[in-house]
Amino acid sequence: MSAAGAQGRAAPAVPGSPRLFGILDAALRYSPLLVLVAIWEGLGLSGLVSRQMLPDLGTILSEFWRMLVGGDLLYNTARSLSRSFSGLALAILVGLAAGLAMATARPARLLINPVVQIFYPMPKSALIPVVMIWLGLGDASKVLLIFLGCLLPVVVGAYNGARGVNPFLIWSARSLGAGRFEVLREVIVPAAMPEILNGCRTALAFSFILMVSSEFLIASDGVGYMISSLGDGGIYPAMFAVIFFVAAIGFAADRIYTAIMRRQLRWRNA
Amino acid sequence: MSALRQAPAADGAAAPGASGIRIDTVTHAYRSPGRPPVIALDRISLDIGPTEFHALLGPSGCGKSTLLYLLGGFIPVQEGAITTPKGRVTAPGPERSIVFQNFALFPWKTVRENVLYGLRKSGVGREESEARARDFIALVHLTGFEDAYPSQLSGGMQQRAAIARTLAVDPKILLMDEPFGALDAQTRRVMQEELRAIWQRSPKTVVFVTHDVQEAVFLADRISIMSSRPGRIQHILDVPLPKERGEDTLESREFIQLSEHIWRLVREQAVAATRGRL
Repeated sequence: MSAAGAQGRAAPAVPGSPRLFGILDAALRYSPLLVLVAIWEGLGLSGLVSRQMLPDLGTILSEFWRMLVGGDLLYNTARSLSRSFSGLALAILVGLAAGLAMATARPARLLINPVVQIFYPMPKSALIPVVMIWLGLGDASKVLLIFLGCLLPVVVGAYNGARGVNPFLIWSARSLGAGRFEVLREVIVPAAMPEILNGCRTALAFSFILMVSSEFLIASDGVGYMISSLGDGGIYPAMFAVIFFVAAIGFAADRIYTAIMRRQLRWRNA
Repeated sequence: MSALRQAPAADGAAAPGASGIRIDTVTHAYRSPGRPPVIALDRISLDIGPTEFHALLGPSGCGKSTLLYLLGGFIPVQEGAITTPKGRVTAPGPERSIVFQNFALFPWKTVRENVLYGLRKSGVGREESEARARDFIALVHLTGFEDAYPSQLSGGMQQRAAIARTLAVDPKILLMDEPFGALDAQTRRVMQEELRAIWQRSPKTVVFVTHDVQEAVFLADRISIMSSRPGRIQHILDVPLPKERGEDTLESREFIQLSEHIWRLVREQAVAATRGRL
């Protein structure tokens, strides 16, 4: 290990177990959530809001456990995640190609840029009826919707990242013998990686939003479908259990993603 | 003065084929819409020998970096021609490697990976590459920092790593754009001596851009003094110092006299440039 490497990874000099410290630190960071829990329970107990609207958290938890053990929840979660990850993966593949093409080739930029600019501010959930007409009620319509929603953040991230590459890096690589395609793969993509990964993070969040909202309207399974059908049936504690579970999965996905991202970009904050 | 512009190279440049680099009436203008073009280089002609260490000396804005980028093939030649033994320069190529002023290391690669990059590109085998990377990292005094990322190094250390990356591939033509500008005085001196020694061990064409008179005299066999607006070569001078140069060269009478002479010539250019601006 080099001297500089050791310096760069300077761990905080805390007495005691660093792991324990990490857990305490995280607990402290998320402690404001307890305030929300208190407000929730307080409002419910006070009678200001009916317990129908804000079921007590114990009931929600037991409903959660029931659905988890029954397998209902996991089955629907698996269905939803397979849709959202298919759409997201497709969006990352196509978005990267489009963004890099725009950044490196003028014709691609002239062709794609106006489309990006017009569709960027459009709420993608407005397309739900359209994709339903096109592709019916099957998985394809949800995957397409998620794909469309996730596409633009990836395109924009890849484009901005690749456009902003320091030209001296490209010139250095070329003068060391790299060809044009090698420059793209070995210089432009890694240099654009911070912005690409940020774009993909936005896309990840969009994929969850579109997954749930499309399943509200066009699905016969999935967590979005569960939420809407439990709500329609007036089974609110179970509905809240699913909502909180979806929120937790989204949070976990984002945490895992940022951990991977930090690892990938350790050269930057080293 | 214009007669000096066409002065033939001191060594081995008589036959065009043997020439390291031939620059033939190259003119370069920067154009921006709605403004008159800025002539960065005006009819530059220069022959640089295959084993010549040539310094381009001049005030900032004289187009010396532009000339170097043209030699590198990074910007297209507008008028005139640049030829090397490999033919006309139209694009970058591994036989013409460059060291930029700063910030040209790949920030996502460690020092070792940066140095290995060029070696692997030029088809050197894995083990040989590793050995050469080790040698050149040692040469620029970065042993122990092989696995550090550029963001963990000081500016001077980064620059030394960039120099190692370029020297390791042993290019036929070495282009250097004020490579030691970011270094502190002591390191700068050491690197100058090392560069001269490397060049002597493995002679090649070096084109070295600087605005530092002493650096140019210490390193080069010939010096082109450039003027700005438009960028022209005003004088080409031989440096009649011994091939072997070191600490004592700097104290020699010849070195001091030549430096003073060149300083006066550069000063004329700088004064003229300032007047032009007022």
